[in-house]
This record gives sequence, C-alpha cells and structure tokens, in this order.
Amino acid sequence: MDKKASKSKWNLTPEGWNLEGVPAYQDEKRYTQVGRSVPRVDGPIKVKGEAIYTGDMTLPGMVYGKIKRSTYAHAIIKKIDYSKALELPGVLTVITGEEAPNKWGIVPQAANETALAVGKVRFYGEGVAAVAALDEETAEAALELIDVEYEPLPVLLDPFESMERAKEVLIHEDSPGNILHEGEQVYGDVDKAFAECEYVLEREFHTNYPQHGFLEPHSALASYDPQNGHLHLWASTQVPHYLHRQMSIVLEIPMNKIRVTLPAIGGGFGGKGEAAASEFVACLLSRKVGRPVKVTYERNEVFFTNKGRHPCHMKVKMGLDKDGYIQAIDFDNTMDKGAYSGWGIVVLFYTASMLHLPYKVPNARFRGRSVYTNKPSTGAMRGLGGVQPRWAMECLLDELAEMMGISPYELKMKNAIESGHTCINNMFVPHTEYKKCLQTAVEKSGYLEKHGKLSFGKGIGMAGGYYITGTAYTLYQNYKPHTSVMIRVDTEAGVTLFCAAADIGQGSNTVMAQMVAEEMGIHFEDVNVQAGDTEIGAFDLGSFASRLTYAAGAAIKMACVEINQKIKETAAGMLGCRADQLIIKNREIYSMYESKKRLPWEKAVEAYTSINGSLVSLGNFSPPRRKGIDLITGNRVQGANIGHSPTFGFSAQVHEVEVDVETGRIYVKKVTEAGDCGTPVNPMSVEGQVEGSIMFNLGACLYEDQKLDAEGKHLNPNFHDYKTPTTMEMPEMDTNIVESYDPTAPFGVKETGEGAVQPTFPAITNAIYDAIGVRFYNLPITPEMVLKALKEKKTTSCDCKCSKEC
Amino acid sequence: MKRLINLVVNGESHEVAVSPEQTLLEVLREELGLTGTKKGCNQGECGACTVLVDGKPVSSCLVLAVSVNGKSVSTIEGLSQDGRLHPLQEAFVKYGAIQCGFCTPGMLLAAKYLLENRPKPSEQEIKEAINGNICRCTGYVKIVEAISAVAQGAAL
Repeated sequence: MDKKASKSKWNLTPEGWNLEGVPAYQDEKRYTQVGRSVPRVDGPIKVKGEAIYTGDMTLPGMVYGKIKRSTYAHAIIKKIDYSKALELPGVLTVITGEEAPNKWGIVPQAANETALAVGKVRFYGEGVAAVAALDEETAEAALELIDVEYEPLPVLLDPFESMERAKEVLIHEDSPGNILHEGEQVYGDVDKAFAECEYVLEREFHTNYPQHGFLEPHSALASYDPQNGHLHLWASTQVPHYLHRQMSIVLEIPMNKIRVTLPAIGGGFGGKGEAAASEFVACLLSRKVGRPVKVTYERNEVFFTNKGRHPCHMKVKMGLDKDGYIQAIDFDNTMDKGAYSGWGIVVLFYTASMLHLPYKVPNARFRGRSVYTNKPSTGAMRGLGGVQPRWAMECLLDELAEMMGISPYELKMKNAIESGHTCINNMFVPHTEYKKCLQTAVEKSGYLEKHGKLSFGKGIGMAGGYYITGTAYTLYQNYKPHTSVMIRVDTEAGVTLFCAAADIGQGSNTVMAQMVAEEMGIHFEDVNVQAGDTEIGAFDLGSFASRLTYAAGAAIKMACVEINQKIKETAAGMLGCRADQLIIKNREIYSMYESKKRLPWEKAVEAYTSINGSLVSLGNFSPPRRKGIDLITGNRVQGANIGHSPTFGFSAQVHEVEVDVETGRIYVKKVTEAGDCGTPVNPMSVEGQVEGSIMFNLGACLYEDQKLDAEGKHLNPNFHDYKTPTTMEMPEMDTNIVESYDPTAPFGVKETGEGAVQPTFPAITNAIYDAIGVRFYNLPITPEMVLKALKEKKTTSCDCKCSKEC
Repeated sequence: MKRLINLVVNGESHEVAVSPEQTLLEVLREELGLTGTKKGCNQGECGACTVLVDGKPVSSCLVLAVSVNGKSVSTIEGLSQDGRLHPLQEAFVKYGAIQCGFCTPGMLLAAKYLLENRPKPSEQEIKEAINGNICRCTGYVKIVEAISAVAQGAAL
C-alpha cells in the first residue's frame, strides 16, 4: 500500500474487519507483498541487454521473410508475377494472398482481413506477396522482382466522403454504404430532458490519427515441423490467445498443434492487440519451406500497418438543469475505421458507454457509425474508445461551467458518481474515489487559486476520466473463464505460477508474483512466473482493456485456497494443532492462538511433497455479466453491455501550460494527477503507468498525427516526421495515488494502465483556453492553429468572456 | 566485396569481415551476436541502437562498420563488470526506470556518457543528454530520477 497515503491507520469501520480487528486494506501486517514498490522481476536482464526479444532470436536453419507492399491505397490486383523473384539465388519461396484466403479479425462477426491481400488492396502499404530467402538482403532484392499489376480505384480517405460515394465505390463488397457498423442507443427521454434544461450547449469535436509508437517493431518467428504438424510461433504480441485462435483459422491447423510463445515484448499500447500480417506470413512461409522463418518489420512497415486511434467526428450536446446537474447528453460519432474491421464494432460501442461515467447522466442518446476508408486500419490504442468522447465531454463541461459562472471543479464534483452507482445502461460501479481524485488534483495544483487568474499566455485546465478494469465478455461468443492460472508448489521448483498472460512491459509478471506471494504468505522473490506461452501457461485472454491485474489476482486467490489448505493440513499434523487455526505469513506457519507452535513454510512443503509429490492447484476468473439494457424500460439495447466491467479506475488531472504567442508553441509545464487504482499492488509501477500515460497523450494532443497524401500514401512513416515527445517536452509531474480499496476486487485492485490517458487531452485543451481565451475543437493543437486563432482574435473583438487582456 | 576490420568491443578485439554497406548495428547484432543493442527505427531517430564509439554516443544504425575499424565500441553487454551492475543499471532497476526495456540499453549508454563527462549534471542537462532516446512507456520521469540519483551519489 502506498506508504504516503495510508497513514490514517486504525481508522476502523464495521465493514472489512479482519481477524486482527482492522480493515484489511489498512493493515500493513496483512499485506506484506502487495502494496510494495518492489523492483521488476525482469529489471536486471533488461538493464544488461540480456532480455531476448523476438527480433533477437535465431534458430538453426532459420531464414528470413519479407513482405511486398502495395503502392496503391485502393486498387484491384490484376496480376502478380513472381517468376523472376523465384529465380534469384537464395530465394526459397514466394506466397500471395490466395494461398491463405481465410478471413481473420479479433471480432469474428466482422472478420474481413486476410494474411495478404486477396484480389484487392485497401490501403497503401498493404501486403500483397511475401518472400522467404536465406538472408534479409536477398529477400528484399526479391521483392523488387515481383511485378504487380493494379487497376486503381477511387481512394476514399474521409469517412463522410466514403459514405457519400458508397454508391460509386465500395471498399468492402459486403459493407453497403462503406459502413462497418451503425448503432443507436437511447436511454430515457432525451428531448424532453433538453427542453427542461437551463443550460444547453452543443459543439463539434474532431480528433486526430495518432499511432502507438512502441519501440520494438512487430516481429514473428515461426517454426513448423513438417513431421508432426506442430507450429511454434514466437511473436511480439499482447494477445497470445487471440493470435493463437486467428492462426488456427487462417492456417487451418487445430489450436492444439499451435503454440504461441512471447519473448520479451517491446511495448504495445494496443498496437499489438490483434494479430499482425507478419505473424501469418512467418507461419505460412515456414509451413511452406519446412524451416524456421523470421519476419521483422522495418519502422515504416509498422506505420503502414499500424492500428492506431480512430479519428472521431463528434457532435455533442449536453444539458444541465438550473443547479448544474447533467440532465441529458446527445452524442453523434462518425469514426474513421480505415481499411479493415479489427476491433471496430467494440470501439464504436465503447465510445457510447463512455457517456455514462464518471458523472450521473439520467438521459442519453448515442448515434454512431464506423466508416471504412482507404487508410491503415484503426484499432486499439491506449484508452480505446474512451479518449475521444472524454475529450469532448470534459471540454464541454468546462464551457458549461463558464456559462453558469461556476468553477469547472464545482460542476464536476456536483455531478461525479459515488460508489455503488448504476448507470442508465446498467453499468455498475461497485466502488469509486473519483471525487477524491478531483479534490486531490485540484488542491495539490492550486487550480482554484490560479484558474482564470494567470497572465495572458499562461493557463491551467482540469479534467477527469475513468476506464474499465477488464471487460465482461470475450470477443467471440463463449462462457469460458477469462483467465486461468495454475500454481505448482514443490521442493524442486518452489512456487511457480503458470499463466499465459502477456507482460508487454507493463510489469504484469512482477505484479502476479507479488499477488501469489501475498496470498501464500511467502515473499515475491520466491515465486517463479511462467507466462506468455499458450502451451505452458493456463489460459488468459491477453493484455488489453486494463484487465490483467484484476483477472489474474482473482484467479490466483482461487488457486491459493487449495494450496494453503493442503499446506496447513500438513503443518497441522506436524505441529499438533488444527489446520484452520494456522496462519501463513512471512514464510512461516504458526498457530493464531499458540505462537510457539510454528514452523518454516518450506518445511511443510517438504513434508507435503514427500508424501504426495508436487502440489498443483488451478484458479480461474469469470467477470460478472450484466445485461445491456435501458435501466428504466428494461429493454435490451444493442451494444450496451460493451463497456461493462467488474470495476473501474479513475483519474483527475490538472495541466498548466504556457503558450508562446510569437511562435504558437504550447508548453505543458506542470501536471498534477490523482488516480484511483484501488490498491496499488506495486506503487512504483503504478506511477510509471500514470507518467507514461500522461506523456503518451500529451504527444497525441499536441504533435502526433499520421498524414496521408490525396492518393493515400503515408507521408510520415518514421520518427523524424511523426513527432513523439522526448525529454525536452516533459512537464514537471506530480502524480498521486489516492487511498482506495475496492472491497469487491481481489486485493482491492483496479486498473491503472488506461485511466490516466483519459483526462490529458481535455485538461490541456482547457488550459490553453485559460491561457489565450481560444477553444480548440480539433486535434492535435499545433502552433499553426494557435497562431491563426490568435490572429483571428486580434482582428475580431474579444468575446471570449475570459477576464484577461486578449 | 567484404573487408576485414578490427573492432574492440567492450575491451575485446574482434576481426570481422564486413561488406561496405553494413552498419555497426548490423555487425554487432548479426556478426557478434550482441543483441542488447536494439533496432527501433534504423534511421537514427529513436536512439534504441545507441552505443559508445571511443567513448562517445552514436546511433549505431547510422554508422558504417568500416568507418569504425580499429575503434573502441562499448555496448550494453559491457556495462556491468565482473557480474556486478553498473551504478546506472542498479538505479534503473531500483527507481523503476524500465518498462518494456527496449529503449533501456541506449538510454543507459547515453547516461553513461553524460556522467563520465559531467559528473554533476543539472536536471536540464540530464534531459538534454537523453533527448535523442525515445521512450514510449515511462514518460521519462523515472529515467531522469534514476540518472539524477547516480549523479548525486545516492546509496543504491
């Protein structure tokens, strides 16, 4: 537990007393492993350069694969001639899309992607053929010898144009109107509520097209054994299970003959949250040549095929009653899907669910559509589906507060939800400290003293946000537990946790070791973690939706019940007392009544192993499934269960900016953040997640945007032209973990990986308004936009109502 | 046509046959098996491939191997000595300056160069020293803290 935040010891409440008479979460003696900033288990090998990433691996007989990419954003493939490529010495084989036409997609109802393009390309840089050769240079040279004849089709880059010209040209034959999916959700009587509102405001917001920028490019190494038909794939992925499943569909190999293993992963942020063409191509080539094949992307290939954040075109209307309570929201969202479906339907409905928290909203209407365009597909990117609507809503609340003449802080506190809140779409929030987040960030930053009072060019802005802690449903229809773990205890390997969870850099292996140790009364160093392998580890859905700590925590607790019971029974016999009177803590087993009756934990394990052999136990976790309904009518609403989660994390941020009125450049000088992540299993890791989240969206708010020319060619597929923040853009950061414990969660935990990206866009946007009296409704907010706005401000008289000299 | 060059990597001399277009990064990773040096962009933008040549940081993806013939190269594999971590390595572990770890080797070498040339850098100088190294995970806070701690001689 955060030492700073947990000084209010012995503050007893009738709920949650444990055997020692204090609430569990306040009892430092109870939590010895959870709540500690222990260093990461993979820290030492990473600082020594010894961590092995997929691209670092070689296998005997390994050859290299490369992908030939389309030079058109939309075209029919007339002919592919690779005869010359095959003649090049060192080339082993060439494949095209026709050899693996089965469609894949993480949401199976809409799966429409193929390993390589079949018949048609839909974005610039899409793979059309692939080569396996003895070395990379030969493979690259062979790509040049492949002739592809295209018949260009009209290129649709804007979702509105795409819908408008759908009669003339379809991106997917089976998607009329060029629409992947259109949805409507109506709760309550929105029009009546607006009619009764005192304050109503409507705005349009347009977001940009950033991508993840993880440092390790996609890499896949596949080894197919022609003798026994087994396929082993090492891949840089966040979702070993979904990749495993897709691979089985595309290659038509049963899942039990495929093994997916994750070496070290160099970041993902959602960008490795579905299968990648590199992975299919490596497997297809390996099966064809009977040798291991490695496919590693160049940086521009990562950009060409990235599944970045959906640009959203949002019309948002919000109404408040005379006291400032939100009465209604009307939200219309046109999302730019890019070329293929991927996570699309899910992201669409996430943007709908984001309307319902973290404020009380009694009436809401959502209309949205996800529209195909000839761009690299959009997909999952940190804070999926939340970042865009959160930006719009928090900016709108800032404007509404100004209309009412009150502080945005007051307005947000007034509307903020409390623990036990049920949203109108039946989303249930068991626990929240959101108000504490707002209060902490505002007090620590001096927001109320500074807001509206800083000199021209300096500003302060605040915003809040939340995110899910895992989902309620799998992406394909299934009732299986979302996470299973197996724990083995014996004298040989000690304690080993087997779980296919993916540590993509966020530190889940460390946190899982802490949770196992906590539950078993030993030290985190005693726990070996075997993760990221679909054959060794028990089942896990993957690292997305900020789900892992909660899900793995619950499964670990369940697995430990049997282990602890058996070890206690063994110890009871050795000590001569009852098993249910034993406590295991700090590697010792002792009687809670006779403290002299004690023995080292490992002695009991030794005794158990001598009698029975290894002790193995399973645990699993299935999230609660609530109906997606309109709470008032009880009617089912399509997509309303998307966004449900066992619990939710919250964050509030205050950003202080300086705007250089000569150059238009915006500098974020200081960020004060307060987050509710429940119990921080590893506070240092929580801080790392939060600091990383803030920088991540600071970049997307001010700099990052992928640009395409009129033909759909990617113009900035590199880190030179696509600017990500460096240390020079770092603000001073003050992140705070508010005291929080969700009694319904394992160890009281919640998410922290994606909640803190949510408030960053609006807090910066609101701070810029405070600095120069200009509200921006487009992202990223570039120096050109600032200069243009300042120039327009000078020529027209200032009507921004800000109290500054404009 | 390959050329024979001599590289002193982490104090150890290697004779390597390299082609004229091969970069130092490729030679380190593919010929010498030193995969601790990472390839993030191959364009000198991300800093993941940072190594020290004659003590100075370079993006090894932009350096032709033939141009470092006879020079001394330090990579991440040479930072710890006799099984003991360098103080910077210890600090990165202790202060949580690592997440995915892909930028870590380059970051550490850039930091090593800084501290060898400016043992007591200001926070601004630390930021400048690593501003060619992109990290997408940490927001840089803990990396700067870790380097500062070593500079201030904090007990690790």
